[in-house]
Amino acid sequence: MVCSAKLDRRDFLKGVGTGGLALTLGFYLPCGSVSGPASARTLQPNAWIRITADNLITVLTEIPELGQGSRTVATMMLAEELEAEWSAIHVEQAPVDPKIYKNLSAGGSGGTATCWDSLRVVGAQARELLLSAAAQRWEVSSKECQARLGTVIHGPSGRRFTYGQLVETAATLPPPDAAAIPLKAPADFRLIGKSVARVDGPAKVDGTAIFGIDVRVPGMLFAVIARCPHFGGRLESCEVAAARKVHGVHAVFTVPAIGLMRGLGVNINTAGGVAVVADSSWSAIKGREALRISWDKGPGGDESSETLRRELKRAAEAPPAFVAVDRGDPLTEPGGAVRTIEAFYELPFQAHATLEPMNTTVHVRSDGIEIWSPTQIGAELQREIALLAGVPEERVKVHMMLCGGSFGRRYQWDYAAEAWQVARQVRRPVQLLWTREDDMQRDFYRQYSCHGLSGAVDQRGNLLSWRHRIVSTPIRSTFDTPEKLRDPKRVASQELSGADVLAYPVARFHVDYSPVQSALPRAWWRSVAQSFNAFAIECFVDELAHALGRDPLKFRLALLEEDREVPSVRANDDPPLQTRRFRQVLQLAAKKAGWGTSLPAGEGRGIACCYSFGSYIAYVAEVAVEKKTGMVRVRRVVAAVDCGTAVNPDGVKAMTEGGLNFALTPVLSGEITVRDAAVEQSNFDTYQVLRMNQAPDVEVHLVPGDSAPGGMGETGVPPLAPAIANAVFAATGKRIRRLPIDPTLLAFKESA
Amino acid sequence: MPSIEIVVNERRHVLEAAPETPLLWVLRDSLGLTGTKYGCGKGLCGACTVHLEGIAVRSCQTPLGSVGVRRVTTIEGLSRDRSHPVQRAWIAEQVPQCGYCQSGQIMQAVSLLKQYPRPSREQIDAVMSGNICRCGTYQRIRRAIQRAAGQIV
Repeated sequence: MVCSAKLDRRDFLKGVGTGGLALTLGFYLPCGSVSGPASARTLQPNAWIRITADNLITVLTEIPELGQGSRTVATMMLAEELEAEWSAIHVEQAPVDPKIYKNLSAGGSGGTATCWDSLRVVGAQARELLLSAAAQRWEVSSKECQARLGTVIHGPSGRRFTYGQLVETAATLPPPDAAAIPLKAPADFRLIGKSVARVDGPAKVDGTAIFGIDVRVPGMLFAVIARCPHFGGRLESCEVAAARKVHGVHAVFTVPAIGLMRGLGVNINTAGGVAVVADSSWSAIKGREALRISWDKGPGGDESSETLRRELKRAAEAPPAFVAVDRGDPLTEPGGAVRTIEAFYELPFQAHATLEPMNTTVHVRSDGIEIWSPTQIGAELQREIALLAGVPEERVKVHMMLCGGSFGRRYQWDYAAEAWQVARQVRRPVQLLWTREDDMQRDFYRQYSCHGLSGAVDQRGNLLSWRHRIVSTPIRSTFDTPEKLRDPKRVASQELSGADVLAYPVARFHVDYSPVQSALPRAWWRSVAQSFNAFAIECFVDELAHALGRDPLKFRLALLEEDREVPSVRANDDPPLQTRRFRQVLQLAAKKAGWGTSLPAGEGRGIACCYSFGSYIAYVAEVAVEKKTGMVRVRRVVAAVDCGTAVNPDGVKAMTEGGLNFALTPVLSGEITVRDAAVEQSNFDTYQVLRMNQAPDVEVHLVPGDSAPGGMGETGVPPLAPAIANAVFAATGKRIRRLPIDPTLLAFKESA
Repeated sequence: MPSIEIVVNERRHVLEAAPETPLLWVLRDSLGLTGTKYGCGKGLCGACTVHLEGIAVRSCQTPLGSVGVRRVTTIEGLSRDRSHPVQRAWIAEQVPQCGYCQSGQIMQAVSLLKQYPRPSREQIDAVMSGNICRCGTYQRIRRAIQRAAGQIV
């Protein structure tokens, strides 16, 4: 998940317009007079800000809102420099116009970090323009003027203008050179660093927030598609007569699968199938139930979780396909006797299971295509549908709708492509709905992986060697052509995060990788490879600590004792890891959790930490294991987070809480299993996600910092599973090496 | 197709629909009340929760023909201006992330507080565990319910 390029400060343009035309016309216009009625007069200092004569400030935010709070954070960064009054700001989604907006996507937890400089510059540029306008009106130097809370104040005389009063004058001035404007020092921040209520909050408590699934267009129809349950399978035959007779059904037709997109050189993996179009969602669903379909299982039809598991284990014992890291020499003089241990960990497929299932509404007209989609990739969606339809990009209008969760799922555009396939046949607006069953059985799953670890430590706690064999069903094989997949480094590229850069110093460090093929498509799932690598690594560190009889916290702190920077190994990766910041989060979480204090029998505390997406996090988890049944209850999780500047601290806390709750599902109950190359789970009865009665008490503590912000959308996920597994060991003396936890392995068995 | 009369948010509607049509789809597709969400279609997630005479039900499991004279309230009808104490508590605790489940969570919480005006942690967990939040806002939902009940100020 690569973020868009940072905005070049020289890219700023300036213009003026009125009302709704302001954006499209005004942006390209040179400076000129404001036209239109006085009440609608609007200054558009750049593409992100509109200021009206009556002091309403509209901020256009680019990054789609999936729940991560980007609209709020983006607006805060901009408003900080604009010196706007927070309550006077109205926030809108920026239109999908990639010529102007370069950050129309969310991914890699990069929203805040990507826009940290650019949006502050955007705000500062508008502020400087308003200062110049005021100075001109007063005929004073702009150095005597100050912007504050939506007004410009002339210091010596105390005179003031509201921003709205400066709209007309500002429109006549040349744009300030954005590169020459200094940004505020952190000590001067008024907004950044203070918890702010989310701008999208009110509409999310009264039913007025419009998600993709809520799009209603005059004359629209509703559709579902019957897809082959077996990945790689095909439609054999279909009787449609009964479906066509269902009340409300308009049309029934087949849609082809879309595999390789030649123009893009990637597979997009739509299944194809039989579309049922009706005048309501319910009629479409009933119509689909009336289809009589037989499917061919396809060439991979004998795949099951058992066959995959065998393949993974076989690959774990065979020579690796790719050696990622192999460096260092064994210590010639270990400090005392050496302990060597091995462990094997296994983590199955997971579904994204966003609560809003996939859907998209499309209207194919003679003059172009209009799309309303809950997507996290607005610009790519426009480009790719244009390519698919064979029309110029300008004729594809994309509305990025609010997303009811994403967790990486909406980085795919398969569901939008399907909606286009249906809409082109009916020539009316059509909403393609995926039922929950469709969504769960046609996901792009988190990889199935296993991990063979072996390590050696000496009595002083030095890590003498560390070997990590990762075997997984790689993401790249889902998308890449066979030619590209000949490169084992490329195949491994999405599978190694967190494993090939270790915070702990190791004398002899070796990480390698082997792929296993699967019929199931895989893609980015919140925190991607970190979600499984952190489990293996942080569980294994705990095992090493216990092998030496050391406290797991002290063992980690001793390894991290020296201040070091560990650089990333991939381009586009996070800044170098700093051991100092790692120690701080470990110590803070431990202190707040009362690490080392006693717990009742059957309870235990575990610790784990992870650096991901530029942010540091440590968890201490407390669990209680019921003796008779082995049921694990997670009582409490204490988190310590260092993301540098926390732009909206309450938002950082919310992302941490959300991340750890999300990560509890794969620990306690969530597992996607395969039979006949089809997913066995179909709804929330069989894929059991975390519910409130399983949700622990949570405390989140932030380490204050003023470095550039790190990402937080995914950071809460990786170290949660190992913290729980390590706590279970502390409670029971039994290691969890496979997720989700099997309580029968923990149940106390009466000895005979 | 029979005509069926229902009262939603104090407005009477006459619908031409099969009596077995789930209330959820009538609200969303026929009446345009999209605040009530589809999440699972099987009464497993709670996203579609509405009130029948003030009591929480899953609208995906409520056939249109079974509603009869019982008044339906959806999230849109809970208050005119987000002033219901539960909505205010949701904002005060900054509960929503993606927000998709929150209509159902709020309707369930309002029903809970009618049943238990000062609910215990166990009562909150027991009643609210039918409502899934994939963003993981459970801890804030608990606090918001306690706040609405006057247990946190």
